[in-house]
Amino acid sequence: MKRFAFATVSTLAVAAGSSAVAEPQAEVLHWWTSGGEAKSVAVLQEEFASNGGTWTDMPVAGGGGDAAMTALRARVLAGNAPTAVQLKGPAIQEWYEEGVLADISNVAEAEGWAEVLPASIAGHMKCEGTWCAAPVNVHRIDWIWANADVLAANGIEMPKTWDEFNAAAEKLQAAGVIPLAHGGQAWQDATVFEAVVMGIGGPEFYQKALVDLDPEALTSDTMVQVFDQMRTLRGYVDENFSGRDWNLATAMVMNGEAAFQIMGDWAKGEFLAAGKKPGEDFLCASTPGDGYLYNVDSFAMFDVDGDDKRAGQELLAKLIVAPNFQEVFNLNKGSIPARTDVALDKFDICAQISAEDMGSTSANGSLLPSYAHGMALRGSQAGAITDVVTAHFNSDISSQDAVQQLADAVANSY
Amino acid sequence: MSEWLENHLPKVVLAPSFIAVLIFVYGFIGWTAWVSLTRSKLLPKYEIKGFIQYERLFDSPRWDTAINNLYIFGALFIVIAMVLGLLLAILLDQKIRVEGAIRTIYLYPMALSMIVTGTAWKWILNPGLGIESMVQGWGFPNFEFDWLVNPDYAIYTIVIAAIWQSSGFVMALFLAGLRSVDGEIIKAAQVDGIPTWRIYTAIIIPSMAPIFLSAFIVLAHLAIKSFDLVIALTGGGPGYATDLPATYMYAMAFSRGDIGQAASSAMIMMLVVFAIVVPYLYSELRAKND
Repeated sequence: MKRFAFATVSTLAVAAGSSAVAEPQAEVLHWWTSGGEAKSVAVLQEEFASNGGTWTDMPVAGGGGDAAMTALRARVLAGNAPTAVQLKGPAIQEWYEEGVLADISNVAEAEGWAEVLPASIAGHMKCEGTWCAAPVNVHRIDWIWANADVLAANGIEMPKTWDEFNAAAEKLQAAGVIPLAHGGQAWQDATVFEAVVMGIGGPEFYQKALVDLDPEALTSDTMVQVFDQMRTLRGYVDENFSGRDWNLATAMVMNGEAAFQIMGDWAKGEFLAAGKKPGEDFLCASTPGDGYLYNVDSFAMFDVDGDDKRAGQELLAKLIVAPNFQEVFNLNKGSIPARTDVALDKFDICAQISAEDMGSTSANGSLLPSYAHGMALRGSQAGAITDVVTAHFNSDISSQDAVQQLADAVANSY
Repeated sequence: MSEWLENHLPKVVLAPSFIAVLIFVYGFIGWTAWVSLTRSKLLPKYEIKGFIQYERLFDSPRWDTAINNLYIFGALFIVIAMVLGLLLAILLDQKIRVEGAIRTIYLYPMALSMIVTGTAWKWILNPGLGIESMVQGWGFPNFEFDWLVNPDYAIYTIVIAAIWQSSGFVMALFLAGLRSVDGEIIKAAQVDGIPTWRIYTAIIIPSMAPIFLSAFIVLAHLAIKSFDLVIALTGGGPGYATDLPATYMYAMAFSRGDIGQAASSAMIMMLVVFAIVVPYLYSELRAKND
């Protein structure tokens, strides 16, 4: 009993001591648990600690964030939200509408975020005008990766239009190479689909169809052409693509079994890990057409009580957007910094192309959010579109029927 | 006091689990029913908006696929597993040698989790790795067995894997039933010169009716709650061709933040279970009261 009393008193003393100084505290919920990602988070953790903060790590792996979201739901319903949560795109606004996000505008204004972030990306970080999240990186989605040797052997250049791509694919098929390495999982089908929408319809059409969900755009002839192209692409993947993971598809490009893959820039990490050199062993280019589709990881800040937690939140937000972390983190993860004023000397050629395109597309308004990766639409709308896309890709539904189903599914998803 | 305790002890001991079941089973069924009538998205809301979620559910082609798959999967799985189980049990009942060893072999798949079964069958049925490429390697280049990647046939691969897993268990059930039939009757029939197949169809199988019922109930609920097998074997694909109601509900609740829709699909699943279990309970209880 005596020992218990002593323990209680000393705990109280420690608690009192810490709150008096308001030592920054942060509990961070994320699902970066695999090799390169975990290393990237460790960078932030160290920086946070060296600024006098106490970091409580709450990694929840599984289901591409589904498990983490379930944990978050439980925590919020219990009235005990984490300080910061890895969230992105419209999900930030969805949580804001539940009334649980904090306002970090004072940090954002002191650090001048508005000047260094591209406008469309900054838009995701604001909730009705106040800043509520901090961006970590920018992944480009509309990449096409190619095996340099296979292209050279067949006399093929990186395609600039989808017609060029189709011509190249026919040639490759005749030569016995699988033209397109693809994994038949719904999100991968959706990744290819949005690249095709952007390529065939152009950025304006993409905005109308997959961001504004304009019914006219969804049922337009352009959309029919998009599905026609998806059907054509279906002919360029191998028989055995169902359920294949994206990194196995990347491996097919690496070992020359297949020529192209359409995938976000995390595929680059696979090439680099295998010791391949960009520009020599493998080529990167944006998918045919204009525009830039981004997937921005970010941390949303939740409403927390206590000065120490508020201080931790502000310190965290400041560090995340600071140039040093943006550079180190993104070198580890293979993406590019969200801020435009970070020097890119240490980054590889693909990342430099990506950053340059981000700047130019931001200027002309074709820097657009990826629907397939949850940046453009809310879960139920994006899911409804993906259902139609993957059903079409994996069956013989006509493009006209697919377009009709698309409009119906979107209307039914609210 | 001790007398009171003696009289009420069973009730006192059972009370905690009774209360737990009341809250965590029936309470949450009620909660799910309530949420299914709201427009809950990311977090549950409690403002009732009518049957909108059910309308959305029945308008969704993906739900149509999931329900049709449940019918196909459920019917084939239950019927084939029972026929196969019965056949194995009858063959095993012929007083053969090493029956114990053979019985164990057939029963073993039941010891595996559905995830293991699904993963193993995914490799066996994969056209590039499994049966198709093996037979082609034997010199039959035209041999095709691509059910796993063919949206029209993929659901049957789930039936195959599920039957492989469960028929041994059904066999054990039936074997116990066969052994419980009165040997005197069978001997009497044999003395009368009745052929063996007639003994089975006219005497043994009819007297095993209760075993059929329990096998049916076990298999039916396995079919309706099937989830892990689909996730491991096909991931619901190609497209969503092998979605079942359980995977649909999971996708809505946990991937899409559409809790209202998930709740309505859960309610429909429960009604399907009711449709099967209620007649069973009714017949059971009536039999006891008679």
